[in-house]
Amino acid sequence: MPRKEYAFYPGCSSQLRASAANYLTSTHSICKTLDIGMTPIPDWNCCGASISYAGGSELSRLVMNARNFALSETHLPGQDIVATCAACWLGAREAKHKLEADQQLLANANEALQEAGLNYSGKTKVRHMVEVLIEDFGYEALAKPVVKPLAGIKFAGYVGCQTNRPFGIAGESFENPKYLDRLIEAVGGEAAAGYEQKVTCCGGALAFSETEKSLKQIRDIVESAYDHGADMIVTPCALCQANVEVYQSEINKKYGTKLAMPVTYYSQLMAVSYGSNAKEAGLDGHIIQPAKLQEAANNPAPGKQ
Amino acid sequence: MSEPNIPYRNNFLREVEENVEEGQWVKMCMQCGVCAGSCPFGPHWAHPPQELFMMVRAGKRAEVLGSDSMWMCTSCYNCVVRCPRKLPITQIMHGLATYSNQLGMAPKTQPTRDFSILFWKNCTRTGRVNELRLTLGLYFNDGFMAGIRKGWAMRGIGLGLLKAGRLNAFELFKGHVCKDQKGIHAMLKKATEIERRPKHPAV
Repeated sequence: MPRKEYAFYPGCSSQLRASAANYLTSTHSICKTLDIGMTPIPDWNCCGASISYAGGSELSRLVMNARNFALSETHLPGQDIVATCAACWLGAREAKHKLEADQQLLANANEALQEAGLNYSGKTKVRHMVEVLIEDFGYEALAKPVVKPLAGIKFAGYVGCQTNRPFGIAGESFENPKYLDRLIEAVGGEAAAGYEQKVTCCGGALAFSETEKSLKQIRDIVESAYDHGADMIVTPCALCQANVEVYQSEINKKYGTKLAMPVTYYSQLMAVSYGSNAKEAGLDGHIIQPAKLQEAANNPAPGKQ
Repeated sequence: MSEPNIPYRNNFLREVEENVEEGQWVKMCMQCGVCAGSCPFGPHWAHPPQELFMMVRAGKRAEVLGSDSMWMCTSCYNCVVRCPRKLPITQIMHGLATYSNQLGMAPKTQPTRDFSILFWKNCTRTGRVNELRLTLGLYFNDGFMAGIRKGWAMRGIGLGLLKAGRLNAFELFKGHVCKDQKGIHAMLKKATEIERRPKHPAV
């Protein structure tokens, strides 16, 4: 039996062949190493993200989240819900707070849930994967399985918005959270100090609808990583990863820049440092190749340090 | 776009408090402008949040609900964590957008509004987002030829994602879906029904 068990909420982008499929792959790899049991919530649904508000009313969006809570309580009782996606985590956690704050709202949500034969008691905890790693394991425990310290690779720790605001990771500041830098250091990498675009918004869902405006945001995020001598950007957010990686070619086309900054997940760094190969770390899922990390994955481990 | 000149019984603030998500917070704004200065899309808002809040209080109903401004919110929550009065500004912006859209007062050619509606339809159809349908839906929103042009312009990104195994053409026919779609649809129908119930039942 695994050391710890959680109700896993992967979210739409982290499914097989979806835009953050490699986030899922690398998460599975580190869970194997750390002996974390992640059981997907049976028949989980989309949280609505933070962009559904024109199409979906407040209660409709709340019940989409409440359905996942109810399913988790029914099938995986007593387990915390863990999301890897920032938007899933935020959407779910905000829904939970609202349902907690208003008994009428909870009653309304349960009346709607009844139509699907479900009920939510309000007990389930909603957490982000990063919270689980830091709070339930801690940096020291996360450093223990490292067989390939990522020495010689400099990472710009790009935290972005939704894993940072409005909830964030306990004990961290909104303006300069340090957990990502500490995770980078735990696996032997170098965190670019003073990376001032750390918590800048990439445009989020508006990268699709207001692309021009978002390109400016992404350009700042990438150029600052270059300014700080980073080899690649690393992030905990699936949408940050996608936006910041895929739109660089558009920025180049538009502004004549030559941006080609790889953007990776914290889970990929951890997976490589734990000895996973490139495929297990999801490093085959990039448009801009994170060459230094791929190299590290392909090199044999120097022996446990 | 000016309001008919009716100075009496102006209760737009009360209307917002009763109908807009977290609308009861609007009166708490102290007009410091930290939200405007913290917004990544700040330069693109005709009326930053604190201005919208004052316009609500001033009864500028058509100007607020017809505004493009709240549709500029990227949901980054920077204003929320910095607001000295702790207003849930992001949620109020979403709430104003929801309400203006419900009333049919939202700008007709607002790309974020279109994307939002598309996203909600997409994710509630089967319970999970189909990313390929979502992208194509966005491209083809302005008609067939516009879609072809946009798709062609973005072909590099599409092919890159395809090659990286992060986009799959088969999603168009057989994507990820929930098993209990019937339950989800019934649940959402009920939620809409509950929200339409009168808030202040006659005594």
